[in-house]
Amino acid sequence: MIYQDSKILLEVNGLCANVNGTEILKGLNLTVRSGEIHAIMGPNGSGKSTFSKILAGHSAYEVTGGTVMLEGQNLLDLAPEERARAGVFLAFQYPIEIPGVVNSQFLRLTYNTVQTHRGKEELDPLEFDDFVREKMKLLEMNPDFLERSVNEGFSGGEKKRNEILQMAMLDPRLAILDETDSGLDIDALRIVANGVNQLANKDNAIVLVTHYQRLLNYIVPDFVHVMEAGRIIKTGGKELAFELESRGYDWVGVEHKAATGAAA
Amino acid sequence: MSTSATVNAGGYLENLLAGQPHLPASPLAWLNVLRAEAVDRVGALTVPTLRDEEWRFTDISQLTKMSFHPVRATISLQVADIERFYIEEATTRLVFVDGVYAPQLSSNVSGIGVAVVNLEAGFAAHAAAIEPYLGRLTGFRDNVFAALNTAFLHDAALIVVPRDVEVAVPVHLLFIATQKDVVSYPRCLFLAESGSAVTVIEDYVSLQEDAYFTNAVTEIALIDNARVNHIRVQREGAKAFHIANCAVSLARASNYQSVSVAFGARISRYNLNVQLAEGAECAVDGLALISGRQLADTHTCIDHAQPQAASNQSHKCIVGGSAHAVFNGKVVVRQGAQRTDSKQSNRNLLLTSKAHVDTKPQLEIFADDVKCTHGATIGQLDDEEVFYLRSRGLSDTAARNMLTYAFGAEIIERIPISSLKYQLEQTVLEQTTVQL
Ligand SMILES: Nc1ncnc2c1ncn2[C@@H]1O[C@H](COP(=O)(O)OP(=O)(O)OP(=O)(O)O)[C@@H](O)[C@H]1O
Ligand SMILES: [Mg+2]
Repeated sequence: MIYQDSKILLEVNGLCANVNGTEILKGLNLTVRSGEIHAIMGPNGSGKSTFSKILAGHSAYEVTGGTVMLEGQNLLDLAPEERARAGVFLAFQYPIEIPGVVNSQFLRLTYNTVQTHRGKEELDPLEFDDFVREKMKLLEMNPDFLERSVNEGFSGGEKKRNEILQMAMLDPRLAILDETDSGLDIDALRIVANGVNQLANKDNAIVLVTHYQRLLNYIVPDFVHVMEAGRIIKTGGKELAFELESRGYDWVGVEHKAATGAAA
Repeated sequence: MSTSATVNAGGYLENLLAGQPHLPASPLAWLNVLRAEAVDRVGALTVPTLRDEEWRFTDISQLTKMSFHPVRATISLQVADIERFYIEEATTRLVFVDGVYAPQLSSNVSGIGVAVVNLEAGFAAHAAAIEPYLGRLTGFRDNVFAALNTAFLHDAALIVVPRDVEVAVPVHLLFIATQKDVVSYPRCLFLAESGSAVTVIEDYVSLQEDAYFTNAVTEIALIDNARVNHIRVQREGAKAFHIANCAVSLARASNYQSVSVAFGARISRYNLNVQLAEGAECAVDGLALISGRQLADTHTCIDHAQPQAASNQSHKCIVGGSAHAVFNGKVVVRQGAQRTDSKQSNRNLLLTSKAHVDTKPQLEIFADDVKCTHGATIGQLDDEEVFYLRSRGLSDTAARNMLTYAFGAEIIERIPISSLKYQLEQTVLEQTTVQL
């Protein structure tokens, strides 16, 4: 939701980045204010996940230009864990499996680590158990998942729910959900979207990366951006998503070329 | 590869033999013969060097440069000294101090309906039962360390489980090193009669940090349908040398489950030979967790001598510092051993650029209707896994510790005794945390 007195949470200016020497992001601009929900759409390979992982601090991507500020501090100076503690959360498009690391232990350690860095109280195992089960209810998750290895053998949809569970626990300022809707069945989509809506408030912001307008029926965005070839080439309101759904992406590119061509 | 030429291996063995106190002759003629044969073999054999195929990764020349003597006077320990090694569930305990049986520290040896005794005490009653196995399962003809151990065969842990008896309480065999420059010869024999079941923990610990030498031999015989759970914990002192031979013979449809962990010793070598008769099953799992300049060598041979037996082996090494792990895992499927099912996996985690592992899985298959899989991997921690954990707020170190711990915990998890599992999990946690 757009609030009058909102402040800037994330400001990305002219971001350029390489992976293995290939330029993927080519001057990306994006401003996100507190309280807002943004959707980023765009064709496969346009750089949406790359952008998400750069925000989270993945070392495979080399930032070659531009700036990224989170609440006034240079995000690019921070290690991944410092970003997480500062409130950045990325729900991965493909959450990996970590055999041998028990989910409940992982969740408790991350929760307590982040809490400590935010000057808050840690929870002991019993308190944490109550806390996490409460959060799982919100996502209608079976508590059995606590005893399994992180994501190991989870179905695609179960992995996505486990991501949102972590988001619910860590209470981020800026949450980036990279195709969290892909792989969710109809009921799960509603449940997860409900969960996300409950977490959204006027002090945080959510960036949804998605291919489907359907998700945006549940989580209503304030802005819809179109990403192509490493840039955001069009921004509109939620109605843009409907237009993309019916017309595809080509026209956006054509329009963009015409506009930038004219400007050049 | 330049060690052995300068080592006076023969002199070394003579010294070890000479330093041993004279053993009184046993009333059992066959035991005297056995010892005499072993002494002969020690005379004929030499200490292996890097030029021996079975020792080409493991340089024990340091061992031969030191002089060890058998314990002269045992230190008398109090319960308080060793209590921390106790395993809650294992109320039956045999304690050996520098290789010498310590009855005053042992407990509940006769309370479980099974003979759990020092060999000497068990001879009279069990001589006939053990004769076919003692010194026979672990051949010492070509194994100088087994020969040395057998030459001095005296105190030993003997467990005889009668037919169809299932022992509920795990048996703890605790071998404690207390003195420097001492060589000890721990010896175990487990005989599980037909249909019986027992869990045994073979545990090597130290109360001091100077150099000493443990040369152990364990023999395990499972008669038809017997089940043995064997947990082996090698947590010797940091400067110790530990060389151990274990031979297991599985009769028809018997089941052997073993988990062996190696945390300690400057240089350790564990040879495990398992032979399976028809329909027998074994799970042979191992974890070596080493750092600094440690070397841990595990040689296993799983011998499918008859049809329709199954073996499953998972051996893992976590190697930090400039430590060196060796795994040589042989699986033999003999002619006629049809419908063998054998799985072997060896995964190695290197924590530093100086850590090193040599792995050599060997399959020798002489039957055609068999299912055998094996694989070995050597790697660092997965960068994507580390990133995932860091993206949730864990420091790089905490993330790596968590992943390293998980790697090792998978083996520890298989130990069926909760308090021991907990103890060892703590050790893994501490060791993986210190290394990074
Ligand atoms: N590690 C990498 N090595 C090589 N190329 C990469 C790497 N990561 C991303 N790329 C390339 O960068 C481009 C952008 O990929 P990215 O995953 O960001 O796209 P996306 O917009 O998220 O696509 P999708 O909608 O399919 O998820 C692709 O062409 C991809 O192949
Ligand atoms: Mg993507």
